[in-house]
Amino acid sequence: MSTRLRERFQQGKAEGRSLFVAYVTAGYPTRADTVPILLEMEAGGADVIELGVPFTDPLADGATIQHANQVAILQHVTLLDCFGFIREARAQGLTVPVLFMGYYNPILAIGEGRAAAEGAASGIDGFIVVDLPPDEAGSFLVECRARDLSFVPLVAPTTSDARIPLLAKAADAFLYIVSVTGTTGATSVAVDELPALLARVRAQTDLPLGVGFGISRREHVVAVGKVAEAAIVGSAIISAIDAAGAESPARRVREYVEHVTGR
Amino acid sequence: MVAEPLSPRFGEFGGRYIPETLVAAHEELEVVYAEARADPEFHRELEDLYAHYVGRPTPLYFAERLTRECGGARIWLKREDLAHTGAHKINNALGQALLAKRLGKPRIIAETGAGQHGVATATVCAMLDLECHVYMGSEDIRRQSLNAFRMKMLGATLVPVESGSKTLKDAINEAMRDWVTNVRTTHYIIGSAIGPHPFPTIVRDFQSVIGREARAQMLQQAGRLPDAAIACVGGGSNAIGIFHPYIEDPVRLIGVEAAGEGVRSGRHSATLVAGRPGVLHGTKTYLLQDEAGQIMETHSISAGLDYPGVGPEHSWLKTSERAEYVAVDDAQALEGFKALTSSEGIIPALEPSHAIYHAMQVARTMRPDQDLLIGLSGRGDKDMHTVAAALGVTL
Repeated sequence: MSTRLRERFQQGKAEGRSLFVAYVTAGYPTRADTVPILLEMEAGGADVIELGVPFTDPLADGATIQHANQVAILQHVTLLDCFGFIREARAQGLTVPVLFMGYYNPILAIGEGRAAAEGAASGIDGFIVVDLPPDEAGSFLVECRARDLSFVPLVAPTTSDARIPLLAKAADAFLYIVSVTGTTGATSVAVDELPALLARVRAQTDLPLGVGFGISRREHVVAVGKVAEAAIVGSAIISAIDAAGAESPARRVREYVEHVTGR
Repeated sequence: MVAEPLSPRFGEFGGRYIPETLVAAHEELEVVYAEARADPEFHRELEDLYAHYVGRPTPLYFAERLTRECGGARIWLKREDLAHTGAHKINNALGQALLAKRLGKPRIIAETGAGQHGVATATVCAMLDLECHVYMGSEDIRRQSLNAFRMKMLGATLVPVESGSKTLKDAINEAMRDWVTNVRTTHYIIGSAIGPHPFPTIVRDFQSVIGREARAQMLQQAGRLPDAAIACVGGGSNAIGIFHPYIEDPVRLIGVEAAGEGVRSGRHSATLVAGRPGVLHGTKTYLLQDEAGQIMETHSISAGLDYPGVGPEHSWLKTSERAEYVAVDDAQALEGFKALTSSEGIIPALEPSHAIYHAMQVARTMRPDQDLLIGLSGRGDKDMHTVAAALGVTL
């Protein structure tokens, strides 16, 4: 497990607050924007960063993140480039844990072992692979653990109670709770269903829980913060970049993060 | 009722690489299908509809003039073009729609490339009173406007897909997104032997009716097994349907992919010929991808073969060397199209026209006492605009 990630969750617990996890697609809107955006996310109050690794076929993503992926793909941003972004950001002082979020094929294309080795060397803390449930993740889990990288499984509203132990076993730092049955960028978090889902998970594990999908406004972050250890925001950050206009995307992201975290 | 568990893999290929939201639906489908597979009542219902609704068994036809023109092996056609809706796709659409009834899911989604699977799904949904939404790339809607209109007439909602290359791959992405959102009420009828387990097995089982019939018909009409069976491969449902019943037999199995403008041009869909293994749409299989694992855009004159992946069982048949795979380009497919049309009075779809062209080449290398079976997966009415345009004719 990533020490940085574990300590971050311990710190949140000690301070009695929920963490804020900020997502951005690598290479969006341009390659040159990614490192400044990461730094401004941390400056604005992000506790953990998810860097989206572009993929041509992001089938669990809604229109907003699909578009961001397409823009990055047109600039040929690869998984290896993403490691480069993190090396650069760390050199410029990025300290928060960074998780790569994306799909399995780019990892498979360079090799699971190489992905984990280069990931660890560049200063990332783990992987969230949307189309790699633990049932299929055996060999990649071994590679991640050998490099002290976290593998973060997802839990969905449709996940059965019988499956939760399998997901919890594959997790180390936290479980990613998908708040709604839907793609990323869903219109709103299913606040009614969320407590029941979280209760089902907590009945079988003590792992911290991060909630994502459908969280965009400050009130969502506050509401999720009362029931989970972390709130994860993605599409809304891409939308903030889109609204930047003449302003720098990185500054606009910082303003957004400051606003939703209240810091 | 004891249902045999289904194997999730074909050698190293297959599996279930899906978002967590969809895991429960796949587990449920696997259980319901295993039960249906072991239930004689399910088979009775399906076979009754195959006989009286689809028009099965479809004929096995000896193509005498084409045989003479090639001057080699006897050429036989398995006439899936004569099945209801004009292609083999109905075999699977009907079987899966009956599964949806068993699952208690009233809403159906499907993707379609050439439109044949979309039409077949819209057709069975009309017959079984199921709500139907079909995702189709806008480029394919343009190429296959007749099928697009047929689906609407059949009561389906046709959803144009504008993302990516606006073809079959993108339609599958969009159908998956719908399914992630509506999984509790919806069954996704995947149209080819692709996708996460158990879909490649389900589609292969339903399409194997083609090969089972052809095998029995051939034994009766020719008195022997064919020496070779040839079929076109996009996702590969028609080919696996023909191949599967022959896997234990001494029959050469040849799959024909679309070389588009030529495999070297980069504008093709020859996944098994030119690709390498990866994971797309929930399964590990051969893919057309770049060094970084990004999926490449494909091209073929036939919308139904225009896909950068292939069914995982074909990947296994390739690596185990039980089947061989070749590629035929757009111009050659048109030659096959013209040859069958003029010599036999049968207008094939552009997809099997690839298989026809290659079969003509193979037949020439064989003896007159040998037999060659071609999967004629669909009829060509839908392609007349494309063919006319390729021949420089304005309709």
